[in-house]
Amino acid sequence: MHEMGIILHLAKTLDETCKEQHLKRIGKIVLEVGEVSGIMTDYFVDCWNYFRARHPRLSEAELVIETTPAVTYCSACRKTYPTVRYGRECPYCHSGETWLVRGNECVIKEIEAEDEDEDP
Amino acid sequence: MKIIELKETVTASNDRDAAVLRGELKAQKTLLVNLMASPGAGKTTLLERTIRDLGEKYRIAVMEADVDSDVDAKRIESLGAKAVQAHTGGMCHMDAGMTRRALEELDAPESDLVILENVGNLICPAEFDTGAGKNVMLLSVPEGDDKPLKYPLMFSTSDVLLITKTDVLPYFDFDLQKCCERAKKLNPRLEIFAVSSKTGAGMDAWETWLSNAIDSWNA
Repeated sequence: MHEMGIILHLAKTLDETCKEQHLKRIGKIVLEVGEVSGIMTDYFVDCWNYFRARHPRLSEAELVIETTPAVTYCSACRKTYPTVRYGRECPYCHSGETWLVRGNECVIKEIEAEDEDEDP
Repeated sequence: MKIIELKETVTASNDRDAAVLRGELKAQKTLLVNLMASPGAGKTTLLERTIRDLGEKYRIAVMEADVDSDVDAKRIESLGAKAVQAHTGGMCHMDAGMTRRALEELDAPESDLVILENVGNLICPAEFDTGAGKNVMLLSVPEGDDKPLKYPLMFSTSDVLLITKTDVLPYFDFDLQKCCERAKKLNPRLEIFAVSSKTGAGMDAWETWLSNAIDSWNA
């Protein structure tokens, strides 16, 4: 259900982009999804394939997901480490004073699109 | 085909709608509070007590977001506050568009405070900006003091954490201090109040915070 909500907004965001930039249709969407964003990518793509049919400009758009690694910063020893492997505790100094630097994002990186005045 | 770089978050359209809505609410002097918690954390009971205590000072209205049913809206209306039931149609959260439609039904400009009782869920509501001026979350004692570790986003997007049902603290292994430390670590600016809507313990501090928030938003 969580994925469905995000997909509905993704479609709306892209629909608005089409109108603003006078795009006839989108062929491909590249998303950057962080390792710890909580998004189930398989289910996410299934949801997209179901909902894209509702938007004429998006109905053929293929969703490509690039997973970005999660990185945590330790403010005690000032080192960074891979979040998924070590979690919240710093593997170098065992401090718990750590912060997620990246890995929880879900960003539209780029789209492949056709202009309204372009011939097919 | 051409390639266009966007670098925009997937929920960008909702973020824009939410920012517009927040601006409109500020201009019409209505504070919208987004109340989030798990099912059964005591959202409606907290609201009942808060409305009873502040209902004479402020015009309060409530939007009950549920997947279905209107039991909560009926409880609020029995206190004389305005209430509307917003159905999310199966969705696990409210977004800015749904919030706007519910506000229109409510005739919001007539209210000093509108409380949105979001869908009971500690995950999805945290991802979608509703346009609220303040985000408040509840964590009830029976849920356990480890919740900040399990649902970090909810704790980092909230302005206030209300630890509810403190009257049952003697019966649970809930470490209040540890819970506060964990929450503060995720969000140093988080304001925490421990309350019992049943006995009224701690309600003063929460209601003072809420009154100040309404006054400064509507100033």
